[in-house]
Amino acid sequence: MNRSGITRKLIWAAVALCVCVLIFAIIAYRPAIATVTRPDPRLFDPALVARGASLARLGNCVSCHQSAGGRPYAGGYPVKTPFGTIYGSNITPDPATGIGKWSPAAFRRAMRQGVGRDGSHLYPAFPYTHYANVTERDLAALYAFLMTRPAVRSVPPANTMIPPLGFRPLLAGWKLLFFRPQRITPDASQSAAWNRGRYIGETLAHCTACHSPRGLFQQEKRGAQAYDGGWSGGWYAPPINAHSPAVQAWTLERLDAYFRTGLSTAHAAAAGPMGSVTHNLARAAPTDVRALAIYYAWQMRDAPAARLEPPLPDRQALASQRYPDGARLYEGACAVCHEPGAAMIVAGRPALPLGTPLHEDNPRDTIQIVLKGLHPPVSPRGPYMPAFADALDDRQVAEIVAYLQMRHGTGPVWQDLEKDVAKARKEGE
Amino acid sequence: MIDLTVNGATTRLDIDTATPLLYVLRDDLGLHAAKFGCGLGQCGACTVLVDDQPVFSCVLPIGAIGTRKVTTVEGLGTAAKPGDVQRAFLHEQAAQCGYCIPGMMARAEGLLRKTVTPTEDELRTAMAPSLCRCGTHMRILRAVRRAAVMRGGGVVDAAEPVT
Amino acid sequence: MSGEASRRDVLGGLLVAFSLAPFTALAQTGGGEGSGGPPTIAPDLPGTLAKFPDLDAWIRIAPDGRVTVFTGKVELGTGVKTAMAQLAADELDVAINRIDLITADTGLTPNEGVTAGSQTLEQSGTAIANAAANVRLLLAEAAATRWGVMATTLFTRDGAVLDGQGKRATYAELAASTSLAVRARADVPRKRRETRRLIGRPVPRVDLPAKLTGLPSYVHDMRLPGMVHARVLRGPSSGTQLTPDLSALRRQPGVARVVQVGRFAAIVGPREWPLEQALRVANRGRWVRDPSVPALLPMPAGLLDMRRESQVIANRRDDPEARGVQQLSARYDRPYLMHGAIGPSCAVALFAKDQLTVWTHSQGVEPLRQAIAELLAIPADRVRCVHREGAGCYGHNGADDVAGDAALIARAMPGVPVRLQWSREQEHGWEPLGPAMLAQVDATLDASGRIVDWRHQVWSNTHSTRPVAAGDLLAGVEVVPSFKPTPPKPIPQPNGGGDRNAIPLYRFSNQTIVSHFLPDMPVRVSALRGLGAHLNIFALESFMDELAAAAGRDPVAFRLAHLEDPRAAAVIRQVASRFGWARYRSAPNRGRGFAFARYKNHGAYCAIALDVERIPDEGRLIVHRAVAAVDSGEAVNPDGIRNQVEGGIVQSLSWTAFEAAEHDGARRTDYDWSTYPILRFADAPRNVTVEVIDRPGAPFLGTGECAQGPTAAALANALASATGERLRSMPLIGRSLPQT
Repeated sequence: MNRSGITRKLIWAAVALCVCVLIFAIIAYRPAIATVTRPDPRLFDPALVARGASLARLGNCVSCHQSAGGRPYAGGYPVKTPFGTIYGSNITPDPATGIGKWSPAAFRRAMRQGVGRDGSHLYPAFPYTHYANVTERDLAALYAFLMTRPAVRSVPPANTMIPPLGFRPLLAGWKLLFFRPQRITPDASQSAAWNRGRYIGETLAHCTACHSPRGLFQQEKRGAQAYDGGWSGGWYAPPINAHSPAVQAWTLERLDAYFRTGLSTAHAAAAGPMGSVTHNLARAAPTDVRALAIYYAWQMRDAPAARLEPPLPDRQALASQRYPDGARLYEGACAVCHEPGAAMIVAGRPALPLGTPLHEDNPRDTIQIVLKGLHPPVSPRGPYMPAFADALDDRQVAEIVAYLQMRHGTGPVWQDLEKDVAKARKEGE
Repeated sequence: MIDLTVNGATTRLDIDTATPLLYVLRDDLGLHAAKFGCGLGQCGACTVLVDDQPVFSCVLPIGAIGTRKVTTVEGLGTAAKPGDVQRAFLHEQAAQCGYCIPGMMARAEGLLRKTVTPTEDELRTAMAPSLCRCGTHMRILRAVRRAAVMRGGGVVDAAEPVT
Repeated sequence: MSGEASRRDVLGGLLVAFSLAPFTALAQTGGGEGSGGPPTIAPDLPGTLAKFPDLDAWIRIAPDGRVTVFTGKVELGTGVKTAMAQLAADELDVAINRIDLITADTGLTPNEGVTAGSQTLEQSGTAIANAAANVRLLLAEAAATRWGVMATTLFTRDGAVLDGQGKRATYAELAASTSLAVRARADVPRKRRETRRLIGRPVPRVDLPAKLTGLPSYVHDMRLPGMVHARVLRGPSSGTQLTPDLSALRRQPGVARVVQVGRFAAIVGPREWPLEQALRVANRGRWVRDPSVPALLPMPAGLLDMRRESQVIANRRDDPEARGVQQLSARYDRPYLMHGAIGPSCAVALFAKDQLTVWTHSQGVEPLRQAIAELLAIPADRVRCVHREGAGCYGHNGADDVAGDAALIARAMPGVPVRLQWSREQEHGWEPLGPAMLAQVDATLDASGRIVDWRHQVWSNTHSTRPVAAGDLLAGVEVVPSFKPTPPKPIPQPNGGGDRNAIPLYRFSNQTIVSHFLPDMPVRVSALRGLGAHLNIFALESFMDELAAAAGRDPVAFRLAHLEDPRAAAVIRQVASRFGWARYRSAPNRGRGFAFARYKNHGAYCAIALDVERIPDEGRLIVHRAVAAVDSGEAVNPDGIRNQVEGGIVQSLSWTAFEAAEHDGARRTDYDWSTYPILRFADAPRNVTVEVIDRPGAPFLGTGECAQGPTAAALANALASATGERLRSMPLIGRSLPQT
């Protein structure tokens, strides 16, 4: 081929590329929606605001939109992803630094399509893939709620994304590939409460965001793999479907109590990210929380423990023999609260083997509890555990975890514990 | 047999390695500053430093310490020659019954070894694991802010100025 | 001897007159909490000198010049040890570091009953100051006699008497030939203000250097040769009984001995940690609800249905024709509250050669001694109770019970010192709680916005089950044959128990105050700092704000309009000014609150203003500023006063905003700090300012409990200002949280 042939091909390739970029730009482009003056909070119907307050609790909005020690909804919370850290934005009605100048239409578009008022695409760390199916009525209530919060002047830190992922229009490509909002149609064979629970769970509460596995581009896996377990903030969110490794059945009553109080006396206290989830559910409308419990009890109806709660082994002698260091560490650091005769056990808090972490197929949750401890999830009164991250080194934590699994575990034997402890320290809240 | 290094001195002990450090400090080594408050890691009266980290000595088995260095309040200074955290607490008269104060001072020392310019929020968060029932909180905070200045720093956005 | 005129002249100073009448009336030990104490034999003498008039009961001078001062009161962390040392050192003219202060010891010190009710300086401090002044005068007169001069020509400095011209005699030299076993004289003047070096100054606490550097300072730190450790076995809380497997416990490693007397059981061993492990094994035992304990009704409304003995404690109808135009009514309540000492109660006991010695942090070593003597069936003169400090107790906590427990164990092991410490769970479960209380207040306003009728009713259990007999100790009920608890009685006015501070200091022309005493105690209760003052002032001062709002008046001006006491007005004005009350501008969710009280109407005056914010949705409380003023009469140590008031403010914020001790019908459900959370550093106010009004020469006024009541009301008033919502049920914040 002669030079002009190559040049022609190059010109055609360049033209094709420009056309693709043009098409992409057209697809990615979203116009800005005009600003409005900040709505007068007194003009919103108090009943609508109250409804929005409960919906915001179900949606756990404040967890990502408030920094430690900051004001509610003023943003600043770091969400760590494999692609960088994204900071929750200020969604108080501050005109300058929050969403005070957003119209209801701008708010709806952000929630439904993941597009900001100024037309920029939003990272799916903000789970609009779920909010896309929130009803108009509920969106109006959420808008009313947010617009009646105290306005806080606060600018969150800038996101630190791995280049070129800081270039937001690329998200249009992600949406093209993975954003498939599907209408939720009621299932007539199920109760109204079940349907309500499904609606809340799949949209506002966005449970699959933590409890489902994700693909290479962090897209949630759906269909048969939904609720098969996932990761959040360094903790493992176990399967909450037929593959639930819980050794005690998640009955409706237990799940409802867990959501409302942060504690299931048949399992354990809500730890890690579930702490803030239950903190908010405890403040949502109780009928909605119960509906959520109905739906997820249904999701786990075929889990092994739902059919038969297995006898729980205590292989203390064997575990002490195999892991003598772990046994001594456990005796001095843990037994005072976790062994029979401990005050909290006498008072009815669940024994260690009942909790799901020791039965999961990976040790991450057990490790994180030992490292980070537990703060009472729902109110200042509640289950508490001190953090051992500074007191014990990686090998010691691994020893204790190995001892505990040998003693009480029912799942596959965990390997490389010390490495996972080191990893857990780096990740996690 | 286990070797324990506390305040720079190493002692060999023939004690069940599950024994929490607090009991060894008080009963075997005669170091009474760290106190029994709950034995559950909830109140911080037992706080000491292990390699510069504040820990609850009531739930730390001595077998876990290894060669790490334990520092108790006795290692920060004496009545005749108090260390700067102790001097700051004495200056502010930051005590009523005094039972929680050694734990407070150990925790404060741990904070100041990390940073001498914490923010007010970081200061309060760092001290939060230690409880005081007498309500001496204001003076304790004043003492730690003073100690930060004595170490060449100072609390940022301090709720009360160091006078 | 020199005449009266020259005695006055010796120190060239003012004769400081004391008003004695109130003191004899109030000379009930511990403010009526506990036993009556020894009789008054010298009513002309001030403070406890009236009961122990001889100087050597209070002061001894050793040959090396060190001065020992005896007090029947104890150091609870309030700083009174320092204040009393200041008084003694200044009045004697001796360096403070040459003073050794011996606190309550039944073998050594005057019996001043219970250290409670904020009476330490009023009773003991007054006695010590006057005794010291007496001793100084006595020694000066001895030197005068020795040198053949007039005592008026001499002066004292640094433990010696001097004539200014070269002659000098140390106190030690003079004391060798001067008996201090003489009765104090009532008219010896105290130091003039200008000559004081220590009184009125913020002298640093004498006990802190040891406490802050790890020197053994608490009963918990005692280690005696041959000492053994012990743990007592009990059910999870008062109202329960445990059935431990004692034979299994005997086989536990580290358990050398099980001591059992009836239902009382304890394990003893050489090392603590194995006993902790064994205690956990013991707690696996079955426990049952004690059937003898009455059922608990839902609180606080249940208080109204309990058996009661009602008494009108104040009634005035000065203006029966007064015409009201507005009537208001409100009900206020608080739940059971914990003392919650950071260090669980502890005691050391040794029974040797038929003599029992108990080292205890009890507030009342004398009544405790009587109770323990009866418990062990030995004569009281064979029992010695010595005070050693514990963690702050804030009233009657487990200190006495653990002393009784330790005594029983020590008796079973003669010659062996026994150290018994309660676990955190035992302290939470068994310490007597501050009673749940309810107050109903009704008032009438006239057309000019003045209160013309005031009615206050309060329902409460006793606020004192302090031991006077063996049956008042937990062990006394558990041994066989068991002892019966002393039936509870109300503490009479002017101190009061549940009705403490129910009588307003305000001048209302018509008022009726009724105290409903509830004798049945489904929950074990006793004195918690402030007693009834916490709830009564909460009610009274919240209601004053509600009335002020109804009258359209500023809360501060409204209070001043009803007060006749100028010292009350002074603290109120000082706080209003320092806080900037007049120019304060509210903001959304942010407001201010004011409150005032004179503790017991004869203790310290305290006013407080709070600037608070309540974060919506989150419900978080931020106390931005607290400004208080306190008038304690003559301020011996103004920093000690400030420390007590700052601490009282923060403690009361915790009680009032967050705390409630719960019960499920069979047992208490709070067993540790996770189930009974208290204020942590994040909740502490941003800024607290306490101003002390010093009135040299005026009687000391009890200060340790003066802040609890006003802080509670100021918080309710500030929250009403910030949120528009009037809260009348404590805990003010905790009540709105999801129940877990």
